Amino acid sequence: MPRYFTDEHEWIDVEGDTATVGITDYAQGQLGDIVFVELPRVGSEVARGKDAAVVESVKAASDVYAPITGEVTEANGALEDDPALVNSSPEDQGWFFKLTIANKSELDGLMDAAAYKSFCDSL
Amino acid sequence: MSAPNASGWKPGTLVSGGAGETLTSTGNRALMLEEPLIFEIGSTETTGVDFSPLPFRGGDGGGACSEIGDIPHPNPSPEGEGLANRLGGFARDAEFGLPGLSEPEAVRHYTRLSRQNYAIDLGLFPLGSCTMKHNPRLNEKVARMPGFADVHPLQPVDTVRGALEVINELAFWLIDLTGMHGVAMTPKAGAHGELCGILCIRAALEARGDAREVILVPESAHGTNPATAAFAGYRVEDIPATAEGRVDLEALEARLGPDVAAVMITNPNTCGLFERDMKAISDAVHAAGGFVYCDGANFNAIVGKVRPGDLGIDAMHINLHKTFSTPHGGGGPGSGPVVLSEALSPYGPLPYTARTKDGVVHLIEEESAEAFSNEHFGGKLASFGRMSAFHGQMGMFTRALTYILSHGADGLRQVAEDAVLNANYILRSLDDVLDAPFGASGPCMHEALFSDKGFAEGFSTLDLAKALIDEGFHPMTMYFPLVVHGAMLVEPTETESKQGLDQFIAALRTVAERARNGDETLKTAPHHAPRRRLDETLAARKPILAYEGSGAPPGKPQLSEQGGS
Repeated sequence: MPRYFTDEHEWIDVEGDTATVGITDYAQGQLGDIVFVELPRVGSEVARGKDAAVVESVKAASDVYAPITGEVTEANGALEDDPALVNSSPEDQGWFFKLTIANKSELDGLMDAAAYKSFCDSL
Repeated sequence: MSAPNASGWKPGTLVSGGAGETLTSTGNRALMLEEPLIFEIGSTETTGVDFSPLPFRGGDGGGACSEIGDIPHPNPSPEGEGLANRLGGFARDAEFGLPGLSEPEAVRHYTRLSRQNYAIDLGLFPLGSCTMKHNPRLNEKVARMPGFADVHPLQPVDTVRGALEVINELAFWLIDLTGMHGVAMTPKAGAHGELCGILCIRAALEARGDAREVILVPESAHGTNPATAAFAGYRVEDIPATAEGRVDLEALEARLGPDVAAVMITNPNTCGLFERDMKAISDAVHAAGGFVYCDGANFNAIVGKVRPGDLGIDAMHINLHKTFSTPHGGGGPGSGPVVLSEALSPYGPLPYTARTKDGVVHLIEEESAEAFSNEHFGGKLASFGRMSAFHGQMGMFTRALTYILSHGADGLRQVAEDAVLNANYILRSLDDVLDAPFGASGPCMHEALFSDKGFAEGFSTLDLAKALIDEGFHPMTMYFPLVVHGAMLVEPTETESKQGLDQFIAALRTVAERARNGDETLKTAPHHAPRRRLDETLAARKPILAYEGSGAPPGKPQLSEQGGS
């Protein structure tokens, strides 16, 4: 199951025609304690690089962008009750939403783990 | 001679067994008093008011109350209609726990609470972009004059000509100071003014049959800018910044097109820098058929020096509660008049004031708007509508005009110069201990921006801000603008003296050194405040916003209070 990263610090796991999106460990570390997550509605269309979710920490509210275009099939309801999951398990249990992949070629522009790590080191 | 500070105490030192740790039986610390909630003091049996006794039931015309013996009751009830109580059908079935305090207890409660406030009348309030400046008492004196304080917005216009003169006079000062064409005086605060300006832009675009979809906003904009654009129905897109903290003109020009309704730019921006390319930005936006909105929250840095109208700006709100010293924060209300270019002026909201050739200032409302503009503006105005019930924040207009007239044009120019001087004094007095990311971009404007670069591992801007509370200062704006890591935005304003700034700088240098050296006591600051470090995460996730005592039982609804039939 390949995992890609964006320069806006989202990760995306691809599994066949669907994908799971969340924010990276680096992102949660920068944001600090997460207090609220607003997720997209199931069935809504998200477009690559456009806002898909909002994450609010004690410091700031930030947009989470869709790494690729698609239709949202599931949102992580656990984050509503326990937004701290994004801090404790950002790249696993703290996932944000799942979506269908409209256009696989959009994945080409994303980074792999090694490229993302060196991207973060350069910041 | 004894060595000073032999104990080695410094702010933040944890005192064990010292005065700070000794518990008092009341919980009070010296004269800093612990104050419970009003529901937790007094008893429902106590009251600050004595009611006269109930009229005597069944008296014979001149009935008397048993408690006062022979004295006739002043309001005797007719025979047989005496009262069991004064509440009639409104009496509650059960006790519902209203606080019961005597008058001195009530006065002390609120006075004690007020001592836990921090206010501009107590000390420096260095919040960046907020312009927490002194509110001159002359403003208050004028606003309290009965002729201003006692007028009502529904009074006949002929009885409030003086008030209309004030609105009109202030309007012309704002137009002159900004080099614009018109002004909408009714918006009630900055964000309301933004909405007014954007609605003018929408009306102007729709009038030419070219409604557009996108508003461009720089990353460093005030948070209200994208919120306003979205609220007015536009899609918001970012404009990137250059490495020196200004709008990237090339990127902006590349993005402009027939779908862009406007750009919203804060100038001076939230990095504390003047947008040098503002005229070029405006020209490019106009060439693409769009409008330029300027967030005027930071106008205090340039008032009397630069006229936004000369920079090609089409609309800009002015926070009277920032630049023009009317009360701010809890002391408000705010007031956000919007100056408009010639292209946008016809679309401004109603009502407005205008002086006719005979010298009379008129108040133009819906019923007279069309006739008035036909007669005096040679055609129909195309107002987008009304933003508020009445004519604006009258009490703030009197204060702002007092401020303007007491300073004069030269005084206002000095306001901007001193605001910028004070901010640069802060910037350059601290840039050896705090990282100033745009320090190399030249002088700052009215606010100095620092980052957390150079702090010891694990130390954050939050720790420094909390330690500043121990030093007796309200912290600066933190974590904004977002383009700078661990941002600290300090706006001293022009009303601070050099001595006051020196004390603040000394405090900030101390806490900055502690953050750089990894002083562990910083992480538990504040140590001397009435409350220690609060759990902000818990406060945001599980806020307790109301007293959790027994609730008031509902009364029996009257027929008129019931819905339906």
